[in-house]
Amino acid sequence: MASAALPPRRLIGNAIQSLYNNLAEVGDLAVFAGRVLAGCVRLPYRGTLVPVCYMIGVRSVPVVMVTGTFIGMVLAVQAYGEFAQVGLATQLGVIVNTSVVRELGPVLAATMLAGRVGSAMAAELGTMRVTEQIDALDCLGANPIRYLAVPRFLACVLLIPLLTVVANFMGVIGGAIICTYVYHVDSHFYWRNAAGAITMYDLVTGLIKPMFFGAAIAVLSCNRGFKSDGGAEGVGRAATNAFVTSFIAILALDFFLAMFLTRLYSILYPAAGPKLFGG
Amino acid sequence: MNTASTEAGAKCLLTVENVTMQFGSQPVLRGIDLAVVGGQTLVVIGESGCGKTVLLKILIGLLRPTLGRVIFDGKEWARLPEKAIAKQRLRFGYLFQGAALFDSLTVFENIAFGLRAQGGRPDGEIQEIVRQRLHEVGLPPTALSKKPAELSGGMKKRVGLARALALSPEVMLYDEPTTGLDPIMTDVINELILQTRSQHPVTSIVVTHDMKTVHKVADRIVMLYPLSRLEPGASQIIFDGTPEDLRLCGDERVHQFVEGEARDRLREMKNGE
Repeated sequence: MASAALPPRRLIGNAIQSLYNNLAEVGDLAVFAGRVLAGCVRLPYRGTLVPVCYMIGVRSVPVVMVTGTFIGMVLAVQAYGEFAQVGLATQLGVIVNTSVVRELGPVLAATMLAGRVGSAMAAELGTMRVTEQIDALDCLGANPIRYLAVPRFLACVLLIPLLTVVANFMGVIGGAIICTYVYHVDSHFYWRNAAGAITMYDLVTGLIKPMFFGAAIAVLSCNRGFKSDGGAEGVGRAATNAFVTSFIAILALDFFLAMFLTRLYSILYPAAGPKLFGG
Repeated sequence: MNTASTEAGAKCLLTVENVTMQFGSQPVLRGIDLAVVGGQTLVVIGESGCGKTVLLKILIGLLRPTLGRVIFDGKEWARLPEKAIAKQRLRFGYLFQGAALFDSLTVFENIAFGLRAQGGRPDGEIQEIVRQRLHEVGLPPTALSKKPAELSGGMKKRVGLARALALSPEVMLYDEPTTGLDPIMTDVINELILQTRSQHPVTSIVVTHDMKTVHKVADRIVMLYPLSRLEPGASQIIFDGTPEDLRLCGDERVHQFVEGEARDRLREMKNGE
């Protein structure tokens, strides 16, 4: 049975309303982000930062290590065939390590953390919202954004780069294990070529990007949690939305940061970039 | 409808002027006018969904009304900067419907929370205040180390009350304090509300649909009616008076609620009215 089509005026009205709602959400998110940043000016409430750092940082180490290891291993497996065919197997470390350090380590580690940490933060704060604990914070003289969002923001910005370092390290190790022990690539040449490939630019961008990813995960996830409503279903929706929006933000930030940092690099080092080790 | 608003000579602590509240396209409150006298125990009753909790949150400034204004101690909430609102809000104590205890903190940390957030008190003083409040609500010291998940519903409410009282508020707000409790614990909470009133100089506003609580604690009763069932232009407050006036009220809607009679309501619900 065909449904009656909406008249054009109604369609336009719905589209305008939808655009207005989306703009209002973006505005609300911007205000929230501003308040979180403003809250960072003062020290966090006593006893709030360390437990959050433990939950976000320490407890994420095992899964980040696994993520990094498998990234490196899969890269090695996928690249070996092509490189071995043209006799460049000893250069595998270059492609594996550069890919891990420059892109895959930061992006995939951040994506995994968006799922683990972001969803958890949104669910926890959403539960606090629907059980009125956030209102209770207001009534007891604590600013909810300073008490809940700021520690999570600081923990994500400070610890996600460190976790990315862990992921990168394990990615390098994972790739090396596959290349040298499975495919029997000469380890001396593997490591010598690999060391020469990583530049200061790769290391610095590999640490700057995760800071922005961490900030995005924290702001988006906390915002979703704070705005949660509708009971258990609302909390679940908040957790899912937190991951999805964080993931999209990571991809978008990765692109724009890559463009910006590449341009900055070409301005600072017009001829060639400095290498970490002589190659 | 009898009114018992501002008594002669008594100070009006909280004033609600023409407050209307709408969530999106859903109106909840319309044209509410209310004046709460200092020291009074006002009980707000009404059917589920009539806006009682929303009104309570508007009184403490947790929600901003769509229209109208709320004046507390001569200051209008909407005109105050955020820091001043936070400061004024500390003069209130709020017992939430589900107690709203912080899950990750112990009972001690929950009750001490407001004292620590305020700052300026030594740990020893905070410990003493926490123990006193815990004793007032009839909980043993062994409860201090427990987490909210280990507590019964009645215990949670009592810890919530102790937490609300820790900062010695001038106004206590109770949001359905006896909902979900057994009859004995319900009366325990009612007794605690009376005890709080006698031991601390508070103005109390209780939102409930438990008539036993109403008759036990109320100096003044206000009944709200759901907007969805209200005639256009009619006042949403359909009763405002003393418990004695409630017994004599001739409004059938009030009588139906007080006596707890379904009458035609089930048929109306089935027909989608």
